[in-house]
Amino acid sequence: MTEILRRLWRTLQGRLGLMLLLIILLACLFGPALAPFDPEAIDFMGRYAAPSVRHWLGGDQLGRDVFSRLLWGARTTVPLALLATLGGTIVGAVIGTASAFWGGRVDEAIMRTVDAVMAIPGLLMALLIVGTLGAGSGNAALAVAIAFVPSMARITRSVALSVRRLDYVGAALARGEGAGWIVLAEMLPNVIAPIVVETTIRVAFAVMVFATLSFLGLGAQPPAADWGLMAAEARRTLHQAPWTMIGPAGAIALTAIGFNLLGDGLRDALNPRDER
Amino acid sequence: MSFGWLLRRLGLVFYTMLVVSVIVFGITQVLPADAATTLLGENATAEALAAVRARLGLDQSAVIQYWHWLSGVLTGDFGTSMRTGQPVAPVLMLALGRSLLVAVCALLLVVVLAVPLGVVAALRRGGAIDLGAGLLSYLGVSLPEFVTGTLLLMLLADWLGWLPATGYVALSDDPVDAARHLVLPVLTVSLVLMAHISRMVRSETVDVLHSDYIRAARLKGVPPGRVVIGHVLRNAMLPVVTVLALDVGYLLGGIIVVEEIFAIPGIGRAVITSITSRDLPTLQAAALIMAATYALANLLADMALGVLDPRIRYD
Repeated sequence: MTEILRRLWRTLQGRLGLMLLLIILLACLFGPALAPFDPEAIDFMGRYAAPSVRHWLGGDQLGRDVFSRLLWGARTTVPLALLATLGGTIVGAVIGTASAFWGGRVDEAIMRTVDAVMAIPGLLMALLIVGTLGAGSGNAALAVAIAFVPSMARITRSVALSVRRLDYVGAALARGEGAGWIVLAEMLPNVIAPIVVETTIRVAFAVMVFATLSFLGLGAQPPAADWGLMAAEARRTLHQAPWTMIGPAGAIALTAIGFNLLGDGLRDALNPRDER
Repeated sequence: MSFGWLLRRLGLVFYTMLVVSVIVFGITQVLPADAATTLLGENATAEALAAVRARLGLDQSAVIQYWHWLSGVLTGDFGTSMRTGQPVAPVLMLALGRSLLVAVCALLLVVVLAVPLGVVAALRRGGAIDLGAGLLSYLGVSLPEFVTGTLLLMLLADWLGWLPATGYVALSDDPVDAARHLVLPVLTVSLVLMAHISRMVRSETVDVLHSDYIRAARLKGVPPGRVVIGHVLRNAMLPVVTVLALDVGYLLGGIIVVEEIFAIPGIGRAVITSITSRDLPTLQAAALIMAATYALANLLADMALGVLDPRIRYD
């Protein structure tokens, strides 16, 4: 573990990614304590305030301090994206590993169905689910998780197929262990590493899908300090105050870049021979 | 490409659509909206509601309702819109045409720009173009379309005044104006794909450049230009065709957002309006059509691979 971390730190992407995500982690942990203003304090004199020493990133359409709202919003935006990605990954990984374990006709049937589900674009799937369950952050997280399942199942299966042939799976079968135990306890821990890379990059994607759902009015609801919702609100008042967009768009972009860099760095760290 | 392969592949497309239809019907069926109430309004009498439910078949079990819907779809009848009372299919086909125009232009732009960019970045690794392309691709995958679209709109339409901001003009009405209206949506939706594909082309090209047959080609004195075009590009392109087809799914999602920003009356807009107005027949049909587009794009990609790569034999 420390070896991987050291190798990760040695790659440029890994180092940049870790540093960006550290800033975001700090914002998640101490954001509310660091925020100079109450994120929901409405100040009609400060509507559309330009960035200044008092309001670093300006004020929004209700005069709320954008910087403070960003710091508070980190707590809901980032963990939700992490949670949704993890949920989708775990379900997808179990399906993919089980499919590789059974093999043959069952594998064929599961994978053809997974392929079929992938024909529904991720955002459309999320829209269908949120449209059904109703708008809101929790439902959006569930929708993103479900939308991630098929592609994660596909990736996990391709890794698990090679593990399936290894001796320890054969030994477990010979000991007479059940399918559930072999899939969860023997195979799954050994396919984690390649999936971690994909999962890391997916978090960036989840942040963006959340923001998009908020933009379409189906994600977080006002007055939440959700970054996507803030960007969507800033978009509507762009002509009066273009700077209100800088804060939320920058926060989303930095988070996404952070997870993308970390994923690329991890890929290099886990594949020492690959010099790309 | 044998006839048997094509038949099996078409069978897969059929299975895909069957699964998609079950999912779409299943999800939309749980939508917390009673179609009868939507049609008649909140003040309808109980008898009137029951009559409408009986006429629409809503009093039957979900399986029977699915069967009725599916047999309609198979004969080209997607039902009537609850919002407008018009048949769904003709309206959506018109919308699909507008969306496909955006999608095809975006794919062309990606191929024309991202592929050369990736190849040049791979040939001059660590050079200015490589670093610039790397930076751009990180930015491209780090902002949601509604943000990049809005920024492009502000820059190119509001400040510079080069392009019209929003709206849709039919190609048959005024081709020049139609093209000008297409630039912003196409640019917005292709940014993410360009980032993805240029990275992909770059890493594939680097792999191919390290292969033995490229060294052999160089050693036997093939001119560098011909090595790149005839040997490297041809082999690096194969996985890109597959990934491009898989990216069509992402493209269709992006189109939903872009049509909303730039007010294009395409199929993505139909999805959003049908969700907000709880217009189930339109939503179901639009989702089915989008999934069918993805499935057909992937079938086409598989067929293209068979033509491009003589090693792949479908039998």
